Amino acid sequence: MNITIEINDEDKEFQVKPGEILLDLLRREGYTSVKEGCKAGDCGACMVLVNGRAMTSCTLYAAQVDGKRITTLEGLNDELADSLRQEFLDVGAIQCGFCIPGVLISSYSLLTHNPNPTEGEIKAALDGNLCRCTGYIKQIEAIKNVARDLEGGNNERRREKI
Amino acid sequence: MSEDEKRFDVVSHNLPKVDGEALARGRRVFLDDIENSPELVAGILTSPLAHAEIVDIDTSRAEKLPGVESILHYGNVPRVPHTTAGQGYPEPSPYDAYIFDNRVRFVGDRVAAVAGTSWQAVQEGLEAIEVEYNELEPILDPARSRESNVQIHPEEDASGIYDSDRNIAAHVDIEVGDPKRALDEAEVVVTQKCKTQFAQHTPIEPHVATAHLDEYDRLIIRTSTQVPFHVRRIVSQVVGVPIKKIRVIKPRVGGAFGVKQEILLEDLVSLFALRTGKKVKMRYTREEEFVSSRTRHPMEVEVRLGADKEGRLTGITMEALSNTGGYGTHSLTVLSNVGSKTLPLYNEAPSVHFYGDAVYTNMPVPGAYRGYGAPQGYFALEVAMDQLAEAVGKDPIEVRKLNHIQEEETSPIFEKLGEGKEGTVQYIHSCKLDKCIDLGAEKIRWEERDAIKRNYKTEDKARGFGISINMQGSGIPLVDLAAARLKLNEDGSFNLFVGATDLGTGSDTVLAQIAAETLGVDLDQVVVYSSDTDFTPFDSGAYASSTTYVSGNAVKKVAEDVKEQILELAANYYDLGPKDLDIAKGKLLTPAGSVDLSEMAIKTTSGEIELDQKQIEATASEVPAESPPPFAAHFVDLEVDKRTGEIEILKYVAAVDCGTAINPNLAEGQMEGAIVNGIGYALTEEMEFSDTGEMTNPSFFDYKIPNTEDIPEIEVILVESDEPTGPHGAKSVGEIGIDGAIPAISNAVRDATGIVLTESPFTPEKVWKKLNEGK
Repeated sequence: MNITIEINDEDKEFQVKPGEILLDLLRREGYTSVKEGCKAGDCGACMVLVNGRAMTSCTLYAAQVDGKRITTLEGLNDELADSLRQEFLDVGAIQCGFCIPGVLISSYSLLTHNPNPTEGEIKAALDGNLCRCTGYIKQIEAIKNVARDLEGGNNERRREKI
Repeated sequence: MSEDEKRFDVVSHNLPKVDGEALARGRRVFLDDIENSPELVAGILTSPLAHAEIVDIDTSRAEKLPGVESILHYGNVPRVPHTTAGQGYPEPSPYDAYIFDNRVRFVGDRVAAVAGTSWQAVQEGLEAIEVEYNELEPILDPARSRESNVQIHPEEDASGIYDSDRNIAAHVDIEVGDPKRALDEAEVVVTQKCKTQFAQHTPIEPHVATAHLDEYDRLIIRTSTQVPFHVRRIVSQVVGVPIKKIRVIKPRVGGAFGVKQEILLEDLVSLFALRTGKKVKMRYTREEEFVSSRTRHPMEVEVRLGADKEGRLTGITMEALSNTGGYGTHSLTVLSNVGSKTLPLYNEAPSVHFYGDAVYTNMPVPGAYRGYGAPQGYFALEVAMDQLAEAVGKDPIEVRKLNHIQEEETSPIFEKLGEGKEGTVQYIHSCKLDKCIDLGAEKIRWEERDAIKRNYKTEDKARGFGISINMQGSGIPLVDLAAARLKLNEDGSFNLFVGATDLGTGSDTVLAQIAAETLGVDLDQVVVYSSDTDFTPFDSGAYASSTTYVSGNAVKKVAEDVKEQILELAANYYDLGPKDLDIAKGKLLTPAGSVDLSEMAIKTTSGEIELDQKQIEATASEVPAESPPPFAAHFVDLEVDKRTGEIEILKYVAAVDCGTAINPNLAEGQMEGAIVNGIGYALTEEMEFSDTGEMTNPSFFDYKIPNTEDIPEIEVILVESDEPTGPHGAKSVGEIGIDGAIPAISNAVRDATGIVLTESPFTPEKVWKKLNEGK
């Protein structure tokens, strides 16, 4: 069957097999920031934004997102995304980096909907993203820093870094 | 700015990882992304039985299926006894593994493999293979295994097994002083036995490998590995292709923790590529990663401490029984490390006996896992140290300080016990363990703990504080080899080629920082290329906490050599002595002023008058004579819910002496990741099995690793020391962080409730049962 997705701000039509999951579709179409870590919805490495909400693409059929808006890390290039990336680099929140696309998708989704999250809200937003390298400490710190900058309207600091 | 930041220009600075930007943008740096559409993919048929002989294997139906291109099984591959352990040659592990065997030794063991044009074709091919098994009695318990007349490795071509009649893969027995007498005559004796479980590394990227033949019929293997050079050697050995015809390339690795120190897919992709002439990819599913890859050796460790009534140790005995599953990969060395990485810590004891067996069972195969035996040893040792403190009526800190090793001291264990053989004499040149203990104690509020506990007004919950101190090593002395090559480019930048293998730890960055600091240039002037057996010099690989110290020393040496060459050339050019010149912050400093290094660099290739035109470059090797231990003190403040048995960690503090932290952010990251991994190991992570040896929880849903909601407040303190044998004063930091959680938590629960937890993981059920024993 054919489906139409707005993916990273581009309308695209894909032919999909019945039962094909979104993760497999995205990877075969070259969106390889979307990682396969468990294919069971447990690790979060395959997260994408579906209409702006972070979801695991391994638990969705491709057909389910027909007509929807999908954003992968490749398509996250606005100021918030760049600030998150920069802060993750600056505080050392990236080790192997395999979980990072999913973590950034979750972080972006969180700060879009809640620019001033508490630590508890950050932890809750990231509880579906398993990371074995960092122990999460610096990831949480990075998100806090970006949120603090957002709250203070301190865009200058971020621009400097970019 | 810290003192060290002033001391160094590049080292000791929190510079972003050199590969960070690519990772943060999700670029194609992992193998599954680079090789996104190979010609063939392949999968493995695994054993449903824990112990069986394969009587017959019929692939005729599978061969005829569309899309199936090649099938491998014991009947059509070479039989070469080897070890899957990616260790230095000659490997200390027994040669008891085969590409395929007519015998399976655990649920998940290899039976056959199929390559096909799609995952679906492979799946259908695997399902169409018919296997007739002769089921044998499975041996699941290591203590029983030694006494059983069922032999797990009866084959005659295996070698290096300590006693195959008794299913003992490896055995260690070392003694210093007179431990029997020391224990017999000790004023105080405490005995502590602790038991650990099967646990898995769970890198978020499972194992993945590809192979193909290039235009010149050379075998090109890309693999997510810790040990590219060992992969090349072992594939050559088992597949029968000469080393010169093999190239192994490591892409970015999506986490490893020891499990990728094993050759698990590389032999199969190679055979498929040789047989089909096509590019083949294999990757484990998450379930296969749990069931068929590698785990941590479950152990029972018993410690006996003898001491005087002041708490000064007079003797220690430690006995370990290690379960090595179906194969003996890393069995001897992990067993050795249970003693060698723990017992030198308490060098006050003049008499020590360490002995034990690693025993085959029909269970999944343990291998290398961060800590490498030390966490199992420290569990019993550090819980026993708290018992000793109580027996002599002293603070747990005081008893530890009375007994632990200090700067300029040694332990006879260093010489007696190395990695599966004798070790080397070693004196400690840097040890800030007392400072680690003091700073950690302050942060956890150790001195106030009695008041905090008294004021903790709740009947249902009990508060407790616990400590554990640890040491690890930095590489394997007189065994490891690391080499580095460095060349100057005409713009004043450098290419650094290292065999060292960045697993995501940041070692490419750390090594580049060491090179830049030594050369006197900025980090972005050093371009790192790592882990490609055709283009980078040899390195044993990323294990045993070796990369910063061993590979780092190779990098420092090669940078010193290249810097000297540049200064010599420049001295010639300016008609000065080399001592009149220096390089700092990318500038060549001359008595007449400074010029950009690029001005001299371009001259080396452009043939200006009176300057020898040549490629400035060097290669340097490092074989470490010592393995300076990093030291750490872990502290836990927790509460136990007496109604449910649940443990909640309120605060975790770890102070570590890793020498100079080359990149403090990355060093902290190693500690934080290891601590959280250790907390999972202590509280929730356990591979569970049916009574026929089948893992029943092979998913992240059922095998619980910590997520963001599970982590307590964690504070890591870097207590820097200056290790004189290390590159810019550095020691290792990769493994030590996982040693402390189990004993520190057990000790804190005892402080809270009086019960001694001796079997990890400390699930609410176990805690509740202990709390209610005898009620």
